[in-house]
Amino acid sequence: MQEVLQTIGSVTGISLVLALIITLADKWLNDYGEVTVDINKGERKFKTEGGQMLLNALAAQKIFIPSACGGKATCGLCKVQVTDGAGPLLPTEAPYLTAKEQETHYRLSCQVKLKNDMAILIPEELFNIKEFIGTVEQLDNLTHDIKLLRIKLPEGETIKFKAGQFVQLYTKPYGKIKETVFRAYSIASPPSDNTHVDLIIRLVPGGIATGYVHEALKVGDEIRISGPYGDFFLRGDEGINELVMIAGGSGLAPIRSLLYDIAEKGLDYRIRFYFGAVAKRDLYAEEEMAKLEAEYPNFKFVPALSSPAAEDEWDGDTGRITEVVDRYVENADGKEAYLCGSPGMLDACIKVLHSKGFKDDAIFYDKF
Amino acid sequence: MEFSTISPIVIFFASIATSNMILNNFLGMCSYIAISSEYKTATGLGKAVTLVIVVTNAINWVIYHLVIVPLKIEYMQYIIFIMVIAATVQIIEMAMDRFVPDLHVSLGIFLPLITVNCAILGSTLFMVIRHYGLLQAILFGIGSGLGWWMAICMLAAIRERMQRAKLPPGLAGAGITFIITGIMALAFVGFSGIFTIQ
Repeated sequence: MQEVLQTIGSVTGISLVLALIITLADKWLNDYGEVTVDINKGERKFKTEGGQMLLNALAAQKIFIPSACGGKATCGLCKVQVTDGAGPLLPTEAPYLTAKEQETHYRLSCQVKLKNDMAILIPEELFNIKEFIGTVEQLDNLTHDIKLLRIKLPEGETIKFKAGQFVQLYTKPYGKIKETVFRAYSIASPPSDNTHVDLIIRLVPGGIATGYVHEALKVGDEIRISGPYGDFFLRGDEGINELVMIAGGSGLAPIRSLLYDIAEKGLDYRIRFYFGAVAKRDLYAEEEMAKLEAEYPNFKFVPALSSPAAEDEWDGDTGRITEVVDRYVENADGKEAYLCGSPGMLDACIKVLHSKGFKDDAIFYDKF
Repeated sequence: MEFSTISPIVIFFASIATSNMILNNFLGMCSYIAISSEYKTATGLGKAVTLVIVVTNAINWVIYHLVIVPLKIEYMQYIIFIMVIAATVQIIEMAMDRFVPDLHVSLGIFLPLITVNCAILGSTLFMVIRHYGLLQAILFGIGSGLGWWMAICMLAAIRERMQRAKLPPGLAGAGITFIITGIMALAFVGFSGIFTIQ
């Protein structure tokens, strides 16, 4: 018995002494004082304790740099640009960085220790992704099966996004649905309105999230979203003077955001927006578009009905959206195309655009 | 064989040539295989291993003789040695990062990788089994470290030369590395008989 106790005692004693030495050493040797990290040239600054790894310091600030290996320098995902205060490149990082990245001060954030003030650049996309608990401010019927959901962000919080990007919307359990799901919806409001997020959501029969929005959600309810995400946004490459926009159903959302953004910034493009619907009851946002046409003379809204009902008294364009695009778009010179809609519609439209001479790098789309 | 009477100088040379950690005892193979594709990193790792072997050999010798033996807890020695090695490596790394950042860049970053390198624990255990004195233990540590360093550098140099060699796909990578190591070990058999310490 005494032997057992003696063993336990001595091993515990040794570990205690070692732990004590390490703790003391950590306190002494690893004390770099308080350091300031400057992100994206002053866009955000935070003070934190020195001696920790950049990746961890950023995570503590809720800025999540992708990392698969958990800081062992084996995945090479946690790259950020450190413009000042990083010290020399470590051999553990070198294999993951190209010559060009090394030249432009890219580092693996899991290997960079905060020893003094540091200035870093991280991609907007990563920096801007946040989670918001907003409130439903407005929930209007646009058509018989499409609703406009206007979410007010919490007081003091803003969302920074590029027109055309989307957010994830998290549902709460409702009715027979017991789970929380999340779905992506394009932001329909312009980036300048950074305290609100507008979503245009069509009821999908049997859809959990769209059912939630259409049936369970009420004005004043709390709603959780995160974002922005996505690479659907205005490119406006050199030599481009015309934008061809094509959408169907709730695909109008990102285009609406793009249009407002372009109009607000006064960008000089000739814009044609072809919008496909079945009958007049599926058509919406005409007033808004007419207003935009008046404000922005180079913009024209071209709604097209594929099978107008008799009582619609429709004198606009008829036919499938592909036929309408085929009719009006003559060539691809100086044009970029932005599409949003169902996969079937998009594939058909892209085919038409190809036949007009559009190259793949001038066609941008958001399939849902 | 009475190990404790062998001259420290003999132990030093023998641990490089005839009792090489990698080529004769096959200890520390994981980092030896993994970090040997580039000569520059291999040297850094070699230096780090050498430093840690020497320091931990000395510390473990003291702990063994002043703590473990008097308390008669020899059967706990593995756990204690591992703890001591891990703690020592931690402290060396922190100190290096703080006081000699340049050195830390070239070899300090390897330290966390070799905490559990078998060569390091192996060297401590050999020293205990063979009843070395402190001076013998330190020279054994230096020799083992240098031997490990030399072996990984030779392998890295060969692998760098072989980068463009046409290998059967099945052999590329670890396969050919093991074969090279085997041939190197065979070559080192040539030293046997000069000294014997194990």
